[in-house]
Amino acid sequence: MSGHQKSFWTKYIFSTDHKMIAKQFLWLGMFFLFFGGALAMLIRWQLGYPEQPVPLIGNWMWPGDGGIINPDIYNQMFTMHGTIMIFWAITPLLIGAFGNFIIPLQIGAGDMAFPKLNLFSFWTMFLASLILLSSYLLPTGTAAGGWTSYPPLSSPAGGIPGLGQTIWTVALIFMGVSSMMGAINYITTVVRMRAPGMDYFKMPLSVWGLFLTSILNAVFVPVIAAGLVMLLLDQTIGTEFFLAGRLASGDPGDPLLFQHVFWIFGHPEVYILILPVWGIISDLLSVFSRKPAFGYRVTAIAMCTVTALSTLVWGHHMYTTGMSPLLGKSFMFLTLLISIPSAMFFLNWLGTMWKGSIHFTSPMLFSIGVIWVFGLGGLTGLYNATITADIYLHDTMFVVGHFHYTLAASVMFGSFAAIYFWFPRMFGRKLDSRLGKIHFWGTFISINFVFFNMMVLGYAGHHRRIYNPSEYSFLEPLTGLNEWISIFSFLLGVFQVVFLINMVWSMFKKERSPQNPWKATTLEWTMDYPIPHGNFEETPLVHNGPHEYSRPDIKDRDWLGQNERITV
Amino acid sequence: MNQTLTVKDPFGTATTGKLAMWLFLAMDAITFAAILMGGIYLRLRTDMWGDAGQVLNIPLTSFNTFLLIMSSFTMVMALDAIKKNDIKGLKLFLSLTILGGVSFLGIQIYEYAHFIIGNAELGQALQATGLKGDSFLWTSGTYGATFYATTSFHGLHVLTGVIYLSVIFYQSNKGMYSSANYDRIEIAGLFWHFVDLVWILVFTIIYLI
Ligand SMILES: [Cu+2]
Repeated sequence: MSGHQKSFWTKYIFSTDHKMIAKQFLWLGMFFLFFGGALAMLIRWQLGYPEQPVPLIGNWMWPGDGGIINPDIYNQMFTMHGTIMIFWAITPLLIGAFGNFIIPLQIGAGDMAFPKLNLFSFWTMFLASLILLSSYLLPTGTAAGGWTSYPPLSSPAGGIPGLGQTIWTVALIFMGVSSMMGAINYITTVVRMRAPGMDYFKMPLSVWGLFLTSILNAVFVPVIAAGLVMLLLDQTIGTEFFLAGRLASGDPGDPLLFQHVFWIFGHPEVYILILPVWGIISDLLSVFSRKPAFGYRVTAIAMCTVTALSTLVWGHHMYTTGMSPLLGKSFMFLTLLISIPSAMFFLNWLGTMWKGSIHFTSPMLFSIGVIWVFGLGGLTGLYNATITADIYLHDTMFVVGHFHYTLAASVMFGSFAAIYFWFPRMFGRKLDSRLGKIHFWGTFISINFVFFNMMVLGYAGHHRRIYNPSEYSFLEPLTGLNEWISIFSFLLGVFQVVFLINMVWSMFKKERSPQNPWKATTLEWTMDYPIPHGNFEETPLVHNGPHEYSRPDIKDRDWLGQNERITV
Repeated sequence: MNQTLTVKDPFGTATTGKLAMWLFLAMDAITFAAILMGGIYLRLRTDMWGDAGQVLNIPLTSFNTFLLIMSSFTMVMALDAIKKNDIKGLKLFLSLTILGGVSFLGIQIYEYAHFIIGNAELGQALQATGLKGDSFLWTSGTYGATFYATTSFHGLHVLTGVIYLSVIFYQSNKGMYSSANYDRIEIAGLFWHFVDLVWILVFTIIYLI
């Protein structure tokens, strides 16, 4: 807590205040969300209107091809769409921005345990972003081996030509280092910086979700880091860890080793991204139903169980690699087991809302949206987890639809809910609720149309990475559906612009939000805006759990703050 | 209702810095585990795996292992010294620890140079496993790739440790530590013992079995 006189640089750029770093992550994530979204729409253009010039920007972007997206560019697009959305949009938004913003505030800490490490974490991420974007400047373009970057596609021998794939690997290693710094910081903060009285089972579920996410990050990012370094050695100094067959000069390495390493990390990564959402909406549903979260402890323990199980199921991404049936069945069994704890907190969400007095605010709408899209995503996951079904569905648009329901739709809805909910704490103003409703319904309808019908496409045999579906006669009946999915995906993009306008406009509007506009109980609402560096004037004492709503023994209001004490 | 509020603490009195180091070491251990398991996976798939007894210099590396274990011992002595407020002893044992680390690196560089330059004897040992050439390089099949990736990753840790301990030495020279303030030395010690411990695993897996 240095003096009040701060230069522009130490206040906005090299700040060690977790709230400012949260905002930096927020804008970084928003930038890449729109970048990745634009790529998605271009991919959809090619699939809906194959090899037709892209309207408006086509001739400007690719004059040599007459405004058409050529196959190489198309491969680069889906590769970068996946990479950017997962590692540069969702990760900074949920973990970087909201992890930073709400963990210290909700547990009653003055800042993160290591503010400087936090600063380094952001700037490492920023550097990683520059490295990633710089690959677009290469004459051969950026990475094109898919977001999974399986060798040999990602090896220089027999893979994607040029440096793009190497730069991609370097960028991801830096991104991983940033995540690991964040993980150390978040875990230490939660373990050591909780205010007096804030037991683990008094923490808001948002903190639980972010805490478990950090643990998974700490355990599995090192695995992918090791794998990526080995891949980088293959790409640069000629080792042959992942090269086999004719590509290898001598005794063979094994491309499957990379798949194992990738998915040992890759499956938990799904939970790294979704756990904060589970936590956040568990809290928000309680706030806007004005009822305690149903089965708080069960939800927390179920989330821990999923976290533990998620470490043992990576093989379900590899059923078609010829693994032994016994191993395959074990992976299938463990994967299906995850549906039990998931169903527990899913039912708890419904239990929270049951007979509550529900306030349909924008954050609540998006939280309910999560229940719907995550429900569908979870249920369709059962098909992919089952070997017999998966062998047919593997690498089809069904898989794409499924993981977009769980990752894109659930996680985006969760991020939106979080932004609508905590915006008054971050910027002192509420987001406009009418624009919020337009944003929600527009997004909800178009996102469901897009991803549900992707699963229909996949069920009909549409492969996930083909360039031009009109070249296959068996896909001809799907032409119309492909076109409609594209139209709805453009609509989806338009509704996100509504959101961006709402954000920028609300940030600068005159009307201030009250200190605790949602009448929430958690500690981040107990101080005036702007929240000072150091957060709490004096360390708060925590007397209650996080969901004290509608207590019958309190007459004049329907909530009781975590730091308040009732005198009976 | 007049209980005093506390935070139940499962980590005793460990400082945040120490907790962070433990977390870092856990992550580092997982990285090592990934690399070592990757090596084992590749080894099980090939019959062109070098015979460590012929390709690698086991006696020399055993001596290196001994050096590293001794440096762990002197690190303990350094911590013991500062607990008794013995700054001289701290500096003596810290420099011995650093010396141990530097010698380890020197021997490792000598070993690498020997492999890279190569000779007919080494060539024969390699031929016996089906590898070509007189020098043993990271491009010598998955065996070479695994050997260099694992040992150089560990070597980088030793180098980091040497620099880390040199900073601690510089700080003790400036009188930053006393028997009331030695948390950072303890944390640096954790790192150094970890590097030592991992080496024993690396040595066992790469050189002995
Ligand atoms: Cu998975």
